[in-house]
Amino acid sequence: MDIIVTGLLLGGTYALMAMGLQLQYGVARIMNLANGEVLIAAAFGTFWFFAATRFSPLWALLFVVPLAFVVNGAVYRVLLLPLVRRARNQGQLEVDSILATFGLSFIAVGLLQATVGGEYLSYSYLAEPVVIFGERYGLNRIVAFVGAVVLCAMLYLWLHRTRTGLALRAVAVSPSSASLVSINVARASALAFAMGGAVTAAGGTLLSMFLTFDASLGVIFTLKALVIVIMGGVSDIRGAIVASFILGFAETAVASLVDPGLTLAAAYMLFIIVLLVRPEGLFGRRS
Amino acid sequence: MSGADMRNLALAALAFLVAALLPLVDTGYWLSIGVSIAMYTVLATSWTLFSGPTNYISLATAAFFGIGMYVVAAGLDYASFPVLIVLAAVAAAAFAGIIGLATLRISGVYFVIFTLGLAELVRQIVSWAQHVMGSSSGLYVLIGMSDAALYWLLLGLAAIVFLIGWLIGRSRLGFALRIIGNDEVVAVHVGIDTSRAKVVLFVISAMFAGITGALVAPRWSYVEPTLAFSPFLSFQVVIMSLLGGTHRLWGPLLGVVPFTLLWEFISARFPAQTTLLLGVAFLLIVYAIPNGVVGLCETAYRRWRYAK
Repeated sequence: MDIIVTGLLLGGTYALMAMGLQLQYGVARIMNLANGEVLIAAAFGTFWFFAATRFSPLWALLFVVPLAFVVNGAVYRVLLLPLVRRARNQGQLEVDSILATFGLSFIAVGLLQATVGGEYLSYSYLAEPVVIFGERYGLNRIVAFVGAVVLCAMLYLWLHRTRTGLALRAVAVSPSSASLVSINVARASALAFAMGGAVTAAGGTLLSMFLTFDASLGVIFTLKALVIVIMGGVSDIRGAIVASFILGFAETAVASLVDPGLTLAAAYMLFIIVLLVRPEGLFGRRS
Repeated sequence: MSGADMRNLALAALAFLVAALLPLVDTGYWLSIGVSIAMYTVLATSWTLFSGPTNYISLATAAFFGIGMYVVAAGLDYASFPVLIVLAAVAAAAFAGIIGLATLRISGVYFVIFTLGLAELVRQIVSWAQHVMGSSSGLYVLIGMSDAALYWLLLGLAAIVFLIGWLIGRSRLGFALRIIGNDEVVAVHVGIDTSRAKVVLFVISAMFAGITGALVAPRWSYVEPTLAFSPFLSFQVVIMSLLGGTHRLWGPLLGVVPFTLLWEFISARFPAQTTLLLGVAFLLIVYAIPNGVVGLCETAYRRWRYAK
């Protein structure tokens, strides 16, 4: 029971982070290996905000998310768009964007280390126990979970109920067909990339409420988000949500039954299972 | 074998002979730089054997390197150093084989993603295993080996890598890999067993990383999971290979030499900013010289020929 609830609470924040990556990969076709660094940067931002103002970290969303939107949009415009133009085919773009974002992730880690140093940070917010089914859980985890659910729902509605969302989903299915029905693919891609960064940053803010983090942790979150996106299927947001909870459960199970140091092994185990059994993802279609 | 091949072989042999004279000239600072260059030459060239023709970027060099190192560190009480080097090669190759079979049968980005966290995964497992077995996390590798001996060993290994790379380039396997890199669908349709070719090359490339780790272990003398599986190593290998150029066998060498010298300078001057500067250097290479130094040279050469 303990494992199920903790896994559920963890999965909620993972879902947010993975949806950010999915927007970037699914629509903008950029495999962003610097995604985890956005998450960590947002966590640091929230830490400073909380340390400086003592307001609820949730208020930090108000400036962390727009900031991430702008920064990611700028990164796409300045650094990634030239690669999109230069690429002769999808494979070339994939290789180039992986290399570029991999370099970016090192720059981000370097900048974070230069500003905050290498130590682990955490802050204490709403660290009071709440009893669910006879077990005690941190209130901050529950608040983070609720926040993640609300944001996921908003994102889902935005993608499925607005014209812009429809355009993004069309580009995700086929960029060439989308441009035939007068969707501005370049703009939609830029928007998706910026939005993806913003969503991931929101995930970072929520995650920082109950997690200890340091500058070099980003790559692990990138990997988790990638595993979730692949497990769920690149084009379907429901898949990412289901996969997030599976990863949340698997990690919590490994952490409490085997060793807390082996959470990455849980992610890899799921990854291998997905690759061997269903490489197109839970909700993906076989091509 | 044509006359040009013979001439190239002779030139390469001569170059190795000249390089082998270094410990006779200097046994201090320049020899230690020479060891770094020889080590990265092996790693970058073997990385390029697989990732160059196929365009499958592997970010897992540190995982195999660390495995090799750990085989030596953990097995020193039970076996002699040469036996352990063979074991390290076998362990790295077996591990690469399993990963290759799981990820390389499907094309696409799965492989890259899988290798991204691989070093960290192995590190977690090694730490955990040490914890369970109750041993301390650090291990000492106390074998007396002079820098000169290590240098010659690495140089010999580099020669083997070049020779194997050259042989692969001339073989059906090398031809198959180039087709896979150009268009995997075409490769499948002309009857190439693409997954077999990819896995074989990945295993070879990982094996050399494992051997390198094993050879370098005595020089470090103290081995610890966070050091042995440092993601920096994977990153540096990729950056050096790309700087040199990955579509020629000797390309990485042209990246390793300047980058090692530059890096020696940078890490001495700005020890706190290494991560940042490494990232910047990487972006510069990806954007400014996508085909590496070799690409630049070849373009310049073609222009020069054209101008005549």
